[in-house]
Amino acid sequence: MSYAGVSRGRRRFLTGTVTVVGAVGTVFTAVPFVLSWQPSERARALGAPVQVDIGKLEPGSRVIVKWQGKPVWIVRRTRDVLEELPAHDGQLRDPSSNESIQPAYARNEVRALKPEYLVLVGICTHLGCSPQYVRAGQGGQFNLPAGWRGFFCPCHGSKFDLAGRVYQGVPAPTNLTVPPYRFISDSLVEIGADATQGAA
Amino acid sequence: MKMMWCGLVGWIDDRFPLTELWNEHLAKYYAPKNFNFWYYFGSLAILVLVIQLLSGIWLAMSYKPAADLAFGSVEYIMREVNWGWLIRYMHSTGASFFFIVVYLHMFRGLIYGSYKGKRELIWLLGMGIYLVLMAEAFMGYLLPWGQMSFWGAQVIISLFGAIPFGIGDALALWIRGDYVVSDATLNRFFALHVVALPLALLGLVVFHIMALHQIGSNNPDGVEIKSNKDEDGIPRDGIPFHPYYTVKDLKGAVVFLFLFAIVVFFIPEFGGWFLESDNFEPANPLKTPAHIVPLWYFTPFYAILRAIPNKLTGVIAMGLAIFMLFVLPWLDRHPVKSIRYRSALFKLLVMLFAVTFVVLGYLGTRVPTALYSELGIRMGELYFSFFIIMWVYGQDRRPAFYFNTFLVVLVALLCIDWIRYDPSKGALMWKSLLMPLVYHVVFLLAPVFTSLNESRPVPERVVFK
Repeated sequence: MSYAGVSRGRRRFLTGTVTVVGAVGTVFTAVPFVLSWQPSERARALGAPVQVDIGKLEPGSRVIVKWQGKPVWIVRRTRDVLEELPAHDGQLRDPSSNESIQPAYARNEVRALKPEYLVLVGICTHLGCSPQYVRAGQGGQFNLPAGWRGFFCPCHGSKFDLAGRVYQGVPAPTNLTVPPYRFISDSLVEIGADATQGAA
Repeated sequence: MKMMWCGLVGWIDDRFPLTELWNEHLAKYYAPKNFNFWYYFGSLAILVLVIQLLSGIWLAMSYKPAADLAFGSVEYIMREVNWGWLIRYMHSTGASFFFIVVYLHMFRGLIYGSYKGKRELIWLLGMGIYLVLMAEAFMGYLLPWGQMSFWGAQVIISLFGAIPFGIGDALALWIRGDYVVSDATLNRFFALHVVALPLALLGLVVFHIMALHQIGSNNPDGVEIKSNKDEDGIPRDGIPFHPYYTVKDLKGAVVFLFLFAIVVFFIPEFGGWFLESDNFEPANPLKTPAHIVPLWYFTPFYAILRAIPNKLTGVIAMGLAIFMLFVLPWLDRHPVKSIRYRSALFKLLVMLFAVTFVVLGYLGTRVPTALYSELGIRMGELYFSFFIIMWVYGQDRRPAFYFNTFLVVLVALLCIDWIRYDPSKGALMWKSLLMPLVYHVVFLLAPVFTSLNESRPVPERVVFK
């Protein structure tokens, strides 16, 4: 190939320009492909609030409902559970829920609007498994002390107390998430609607 | 007849380099004449790939990639599609056999130093294949939409959520296409599993073989056969791949297919190791199975992830465990390739690494009790220690270098224990600290005080005992 009569500088400039234009075009072409993976409008719309009747919930028991495709637990705590809660603050990673996700009205000692009812997203903050509800006397099944109560994640061994607060020395980084919720009446709770909006 | 055949080949050769390709990669590709048992696994990997492609295409003909139909369509394949059960068992057994073959193939590379002597790219391309294979297996495992499929995917995708500054959660959401693993996730994993990743896999396999044939195969003696050629330019220690190794590999294929058929026909679930019992229950987003474990080929890395009581550190350690394999050619710079001529300590080192990998794999399938978590940490430490020792042994070091490395490792081990110190299992921690301690005393101090780390001279030509 002969370079006689060729302006090398001009050729370099043209090559450079075409490369840049081509690269910009490639980036813009990639946009629809990349964004196509984001949740669709339908998936976004399915996050509507869910109403749950808790009138028949026995003390100590739990109901599981589905909200945004995730399990949400409502646990009716007994008085002795509530009294026990502050006792083990020293063993927790984030006892006052400073680094955890919850609405402002659930950032208190019991992590709830009404101390008796604990509402949690039942997804471990480690890697997304759904922990088991361990009642007093069931600890043995999970290699825990028999009297231990709380939530235990079978996947990677994370432990939470009955306010969804994470213990130290386990992989989960933060407390279980409290979703936004409100009480429509004493026996009707709505998950996904904020207590600060509308009647509490 | 022969005339017609030659005529046809000639006709094609004018239009496509058929004879040229045949000669370059088979008939005139000279491979060392001393290949042993370990050299079956390259060709066997191609055989399994073909089995997977064939059975996979047939499965896709009856499978429905939708959250409400997927589980049922797999049952339909198993019960109503003609021979569907056989094709599915071939595919599920093939997945596990693929990893068995690939792990043995990688181990071969490790013991004979097959990444040395301008063979780094072969190893890197191979690691690329391994990575794509892991993605392929992981996405394929979601498709039956059983409990393990669902929760396994939920856990693995959540791994990305460990990346800080909000990037991780956004990334996990982007991968799932929904707030939890859902129909959108299933559908895109199907597309990736049957189209995108197999294409990438085929491309990488072709590059892997091209890179191998560029430099030429290594062998159990680590002799470079191309450095000793006869008058015709043919390596004196080489034999043409075809017919010699095609026949040898055919024997391997027959034995392999025997074992494969035994599993497919008689023990397709392999006691829960190839198909987990929890996966015979449809996915339930509200309930995690009591013992969630990935399939066996991921459990060594899973054990490392799980042993570390911190989300981000655990994910980093797991990623690093895979990354270390990528950089192996640059850690192990020792001039002697084959384990045959390397020191007694090196032989012990490699054997212990294999044991560590298997024990980690076992721990990854167990319920995380205090003892198993502790063992997981220690085995993880041994796993990474292997790469440190590989690097230290890479060249002649002065005694001071061994002492300093030993001190650094000792401090690092104590720091790790200090950070994760848990008074409730203090005794267990101290006792198990002996494992990495003894390991490093043997591998870092024995070379100074004994002659156990001396290599033997490497022969010029291939030797047969």
